Amino acid sequence: MKDILLSAENVVKKYGDYTALDNANISVPKSSIYGLLGPNGAGKTTLMRIINQITAPDSGKVTFEGKTLNKKHIKEIGYLPEERGLYKKMKVGEQALYLAQLKGMSYNEAIQKLRIWFERLEISSWWNKKVEELSKGMAQKIQFVVTVIHQPKLLIFDEPFSGFDPINASIIRDEIINLRNNGTTIIFSTHRMESVEEICDHIALINNSKTILEGPIEKIKNDFKDDSYEIILDTNHLTTSESFNIVSNLENKFNIKINDSSEIRDILNFINKNHNIISFKKNLATIEDIFIKSVGK
Amino acid sequence: MNKTFLIIKREFLVRVKKKSFIIMTLLAPILMASLIIVPVLVTDSGQQKRLIGIYENTTSFAKEIEDSENIHFTVFDDMQMDEFIKDPEGSNYYALLKIENDSYSIYSNQQVGLNLRKSIEKQLEQISERNKLKQAGINLDIIEQAKTNINIETKIITSEGNTTSSSTEASIGIGFITGILIYMFIFMYGTMVMRGVIEEKTNRIVEIIISSVKPFQLMIGKILGVALVGLTQFILWIVLTIIISSIAEIIFFDTTEITNNLDSVDQSVILNEFTRLTGGINLMLIFVSFLFYFLFGYLMYSALFAAVGSAVDAEADTQQFMLPITIPLIFSFILIQPVMDNPDGILAFWLSIIPLTSPIIMMARLPFGVESWQLLLSMILLILGFIFTTFIAGKIYRTGILMYGKKISYKELWKWLTYKG
Repeated sequence: MKDILLSAENVVKKYGDYTALDNANISVPKSSIYGLLGPNGAGKTTLMRIINQITAPDSGKVTFEGKTLNKKHIKEIGYLPEERGLYKKMKVGEQALYLAQLKGMSYNEAIQKLRIWFERLEISSWWNKKVEELSKGMAQKIQFVVTVIHQPKLLIFDEPFSGFDPINASIIRDEIINLRNNGTTIIFSTHRMESVEEICDHIALINNSKTILEGPIEKIKNDFKDDSYEIILDTNHLTTSESFNIVSNLENKFNIKINDSSEIRDILNFINKNHNIISFKKNLATIEDIFIKSVGK
Repeated sequence: MNKTFLIIKREFLVRVKKKSFIIMTLLAPILMASLIIVPVLVTDSGQQKRLIGIYENTTSFAKEIEDSENIHFTVFDDMQMDEFIKDPEGSNYYALLKIENDSYSIYSNQQVGLNLRKSIEKQLEQISERNKLKQAGINLDIIEQAKTNINIETKIITSEGNTTSSSTEASIGIGFITGILIYMFIFMYGTMVMRGVIEEKTNRIVEIIISSVKPFQLMIGKILGVALVGLTQFILWIVLTIIISSIAEIIFFDTTEITNNLDSVDQSVILNEFTRLTGGINLMLIFVSFLFYFLFGYLMYSALFAAVGSAVDAEADTQQFMLPITIPLIFSFILIQPVMDNPDGILAFWLSIIPLTSPIIMMARLPFGVESWQLLLSMILLILGFIFTTFIAGKIYRTGILMYGKKISYKELWKWLTYKG
């Protein structure tokens, strides 16, 4: 297993009588994209706020590169919250500079890095515009730049694609993958399951304040595989045998589940003898299925 | 610390660059200066040199009437009078005073100023009075001697055993003005802090910022930034008022050579009167205390204003929490008058010691003289009050800025105070 950049162990956070996190555990490997999934109100935002030291946990331990999380780590972390905004009356450049300096960058360093990012995302012409003149998507791009500008080791994105049109969403996705390839670790939370499958290496699923699933995405998918296959024939009838059951059937499309002792090769031969097979494939569990299945339990 | 400085800098610059700030800062001194200049200017314009002709047939006022600095009288005969009435514009004379038996009238081609008319009326009345007294056989010297003018001078025995003279009027004036100024400043700048907090919350930028700095740093940075705005404005007001009024003085008064000489005399008279009136009042102490109570009164209240701003989603929702903040302020404002009626009374004492009311009430008391231990106690308690409210406000603020879409009650606020880090 790769080095762990950040880990949270048995983190508990209560707001009065309400428990936002109940023994949450995650461990985020270096240079990975770590998806934090869970229904609304599960405690994802609270966990992200704890990692950002916006709030402190009631109990439990959070470590960053093996050391207990402390104020020195603030400049190693970049956070793009879900509810995000900018000062409307301030100019874009001025504001980006301010936020970069708050992260501990010097004025000269900040202005130099900002210029590079603004050119790269083709937004240099916005430098002297006021934020209120920009569209929501444009403002989101600036927030993205401001989040990554100080080259933190860990980036935390809460719903990074909300508010972007598909073109800009793919630009931002490519930038995120690019950052990962350059060694940055990324935690990212989203409801869009297809983007999780596309870019995440690891996931954790949080439900009712608890982490109920955690690990590399392939392993989780494997854990949830259920030996079922989809077969499409040229007829609406499928001859069955003892070695498999038909789970569902829609015209010429069949979902079958093989019995434990049977070999898939034998079943395929058996069907092939009786019918013309148009397609035959293994049903892989999608993250969406896993999500619904686990949360529904 | 460096980051707090960045926040202070932003909060300060954003506000100072605003048009409304620049307009307010420039307009107020112009208003103040015109309050000083205009009355002087108005009286001054009445002091232009005037030539007035007197025409009388039965009386003999002209013999006794005296020229003043600006008014010169000349006796008119029939021909001069006719000439003036036919063509007043062509004449060197400003007006004609015509006295026939008991009827007095003044003729001019323009409206004769009130001051001029009054001063002529006064002279004529005096002359007429004197003549009547003489006719009744009364010695004018006795009347002159009988005139008495009594001014009671109030003296204060200070702790060192010296006596200083003071003026109650000046004390009341200074007490009122400084007290009201502090009241206004606390409200103005406190609301400014509250708006700033609400703006950050509704903008949703607050979470971005507090992932870099502590919420407390953001709050204190905002409060101190606005305090600097307030001090800047106050100092600019004083400096600009002085500059504008001295420039205006040069423009308006230097051109009229006649009054130049008189003016300097007048000014020194005003200055003398001012020093006489305020003689018993330690102006330096008042100025320093004003800055202190302004700053710390503002700091104490603005922390509370910030807490209110953090607890709501929009300015419209602030009312329910504003009440406990505004009550002590309005209460002290109303009590300025009773306190000054009895500046050493028990009410005045306690209100000037308790931090919530002390910034306003102590300023109202100060010109009347306050024992130093009381002043010191009041100041220390105000600093402690500031630390206390900032601590409380910090706790509410920290939770409040991340709460959206929830109607907050006082019970909820109390819970926030008890949350851990």
